Amino acid sequence: MNMTPRRRRMVLVGLIVLGVGAATAFALTAFKENLLYYYPPTDVTAGKAPADRVFRLGGMVEEGSLKRETGSMEVRFVVTDFQNDVTVSYTGVLPDLFREGQGVIARGQLGSGGVFVAQEVLAKHDENYMPPAVAESLRKQHEKKAAPATPST
Amino acid sequence: MPAELGHFALILAFCLALPQAFFGLIGAALRRPHWMALTTRAVAGQFVFTAFAFACLAYCFYRNDFSVLYVAQNSNSELPTFYRFAAVWGAHEGSLLLWLLVQSTWTVAVAAFSRNMPHTMTSRVLGVLGLISAGFALFILTTSNPFERMWPAAADGHDLNPLLQDPALAIHPPMLYTGYVGMSVPFAFAVAAMLEGKLDSLWARWVRPWTTVAWMFLTVGIALGSWWAYYELGWGGWWFWDPVENASFMPWLIGTALIHSLAVTEKRGLFKSWTLLLSIIAFSLSLLGTFLVRSGVVESVHAFASDPARGLFILAFLVICIGGALGLYAWRAPLFKSAAGFAPISRESFLLMNNVLLVVALVVILGGTLYPIFLDTFKLRAVSVGPPYFRTMFLVPMLPLVLLLAPGMHAAWKRASFERTKVLLAILLVAAIALGIAIPLFSYGWRSVLSTVGIIVALWVGFAALIEPVERLRKGHSLSASVLGMSVAHFGLAMFILGATTVESYKQEKDLSLRPGQSTEVAGFTFTMNSLRNVAGPNYHAVESEVTIARNGRELTKLYPQKRVYRVQRNPMTEAGIDAGWNRDLFVAMGEELGDGSWSLRLQYKPMVRFIWLGAVVIALGGLIAICDRRYRQRVAGEATSPVQAGTRTA
Repeated sequence: MNMTPRRRRMVLVGLIVLGVGAATAFALTAFKENLLYYYPPTDVTAGKAPADRVFRLGGMVEEGSLKRETGSMEVRFVVTDFQNDVTVSYTGVLPDLFREGQGVIARGQLGSGGVFVAQEVLAKHDENYMPPAVAESLRKQHEKKAAPATPST
Repeated sequence: MPAELGHFALILAFCLALPQAFFGLIGAALRRPHWMALTTRAVAGQFVFTAFAFACLAYCFYRNDFSVLYVAQNSNSELPTFYRFAAVWGAHEGSLLLWLLVQSTWTVAVAAFSRNMPHTMTSRVLGVLGLISAGFALFILTTSNPFERMWPAAADGHDLNPLLQDPALAIHPPMLYTGYVGMSVPFAFAVAAMLEGKLDSLWARWVRPWTTVAWMFLTVGIALGSWWAYYELGWGGWWFWDPVENASFMPWLIGTALIHSLAVTEKRGLFKSWTLLLSIIAFSLSLLGTFLVRSGVVESVHAFASDPARGLFILAFLVICIGGALGLYAWRAPLFKSAAGFAPISRESFLLMNNVLLVVALVVILGGTLYPIFLDTFKLRAVSVGPPYFRTMFLVPMLPLVLLLAPGMHAAWKRASFERTKVLLAILLVAAIALGIAIPLFSYGWRSVLSTVGIIVALWVGFAALIEPVERLRKGHSLSASVLGMSVAHFGLAMFILGATTVESYKQEKDLSLRPGQSTEVAGFTFTMNSLRNVAGPNYHAVESEVTIARNGRELTKLYPQKRVYRVQRNPMTEAGIDAGWNRDLFVAMGEELGDGSWSLRLQYKPMVRFIWLGAVVIALGGLIAICDRRYRQRVAGEATSPVQAGTRTA
């Protein structure tokens, strides 16, 4: 039982290394499972988005696309990157900052008929603001369309 | 005119920060008393000019001077006076000025309360703080000048973001900044100790109160932010693992580790270089947090501006600060070897485990926060790390941490045998297990093993925290402020864990549509929407609904949630109606009109949610009590340097 200080320290260090190692392994698994990938509508229509996994869809809410049955909690709107569109269905309370013609990110899964069933909708309030990921994918689309790159406004 | 005066004062403050740094550091290195004496003058001058600059900006807001660009962007003639003042730090430029003001206030406080320290030490600390002030002043002057004019002047302002028009949020930034910036004080002390090449328990005794005060403000600031998010964002959550929240939480974790490591350094003269490293990391994380928030690399309500120049400046500043300090550390750390040893079961070991686990928690959060940013920077993929990762992973280090806390509090230095307390701790554990199983079973129902474990550890830690104060009171022994503070803070943690576990396990929420006259039931409470009406506020108009909440046919309360539209920015805003009780909140938030006279509503039942913020306040209170300890006020000049003299007294 009487350990030398050196041995004692080794045991302590060993325990710490073991603990940290186990935690790291666990962390990486949890990390992988909870990593949410982002897809713009073009990738979704091209079938690049996973069918059985939760992901994030981002783009602009198309003007005039917001529809709801009177008195129903379910809303439908179209998210576009000005190339392709994806219809999103969401049941619940939309965030305050949600508006047509503005950037939005929805977290959810693909449902039947290519409708994206959102569990959560995130929106930003500033009319000049776009989530960086959305801005990036819009910029790429833009460059594909027009060869000379013009700064998007 | 006030804007120009303010700008000029800010330039002067920057100019004074430079001699503060120069005379402080060089004066101490060359041992020139006259030079070191100049440092305090520079500190005072810098404070006066920074305060004056801040007052000028506040005056511009007060007078609605819309020829100042920053005022025009963040205020409006209809904005109530209180919020006009709070709007000073409502966006990037002004909040940096607040940062600088807080920085120079800390510096003045250090200069004023360090009479018992050797001159060279004080002088070096002030010198390092001067460098940091200079960096931030330069940052404001070059990239984020709040005094910039616009011609022609705007007719009226663009108004303060409605989300920020709230009392809790008006004081949240000053609190948080006081904490963030306060971490620069232990950082400066660490750098000074490394320059000096000497670190003894006296040094730890000087640093401890500063660290604790900074950490206290950080605690309160984070709690305020969480509370605000709970009622103002309209969703009823209290923590979202948002990158910006994480940015404020990471320095807190390391600050907590630092407080505990400092205890060992003071009492036993151990963990010296580790304490230095933690001091450096705590401040680096504050700067990292600022970088994340200010550079626009993360998306959040806090990310005001995405100007690459600003991000680059902070990043450069961060690299200089961390790089310089770590370089110094690599060079000097070998000087701070500690000779004393300790048994595997001792207070030192428990505190070591505390530090290890807190650092693991930090790594978990840092990884989850930075990984998406890392991928994004290199344009690899757009990803985000979901809250479930944080929720699961954070528990991995935290559960053992709180489990070890109960015995750890009662472990003796050097070698702990728990002779006095082991029976009591065991009895309390049994009581906690019994209560932890009984309470949920009889009030909320069985949920999961994890929630029961959470309640049990909360109760055990809470009981264990009471042992020492109760015992000493009963025996009529005196109770030092240090011990009382520690007990109170740990009791606060227990309250927090109890609140967080209960609300996460037993909350109930329902999104549904209601028409006036209709009612629904959540968690045994009947919510009835009586009526809808239009109301007008000073700078907004709103639809307000009256919701009656009844239980068993007896009316409990009436709530008036609102959907506001602010006249200038035209954003809808949810003002939740909350009936707060000590053991539960009832929460009603209005969604949107659904067309046929009905509204979508979010109804929530949140058991014990108040314990989360109350717990945080009690934790901070513990810190406040601890710094009142007599030994921090004693003049210790004569006591000189005897590191392990304090011996086995408890901290």
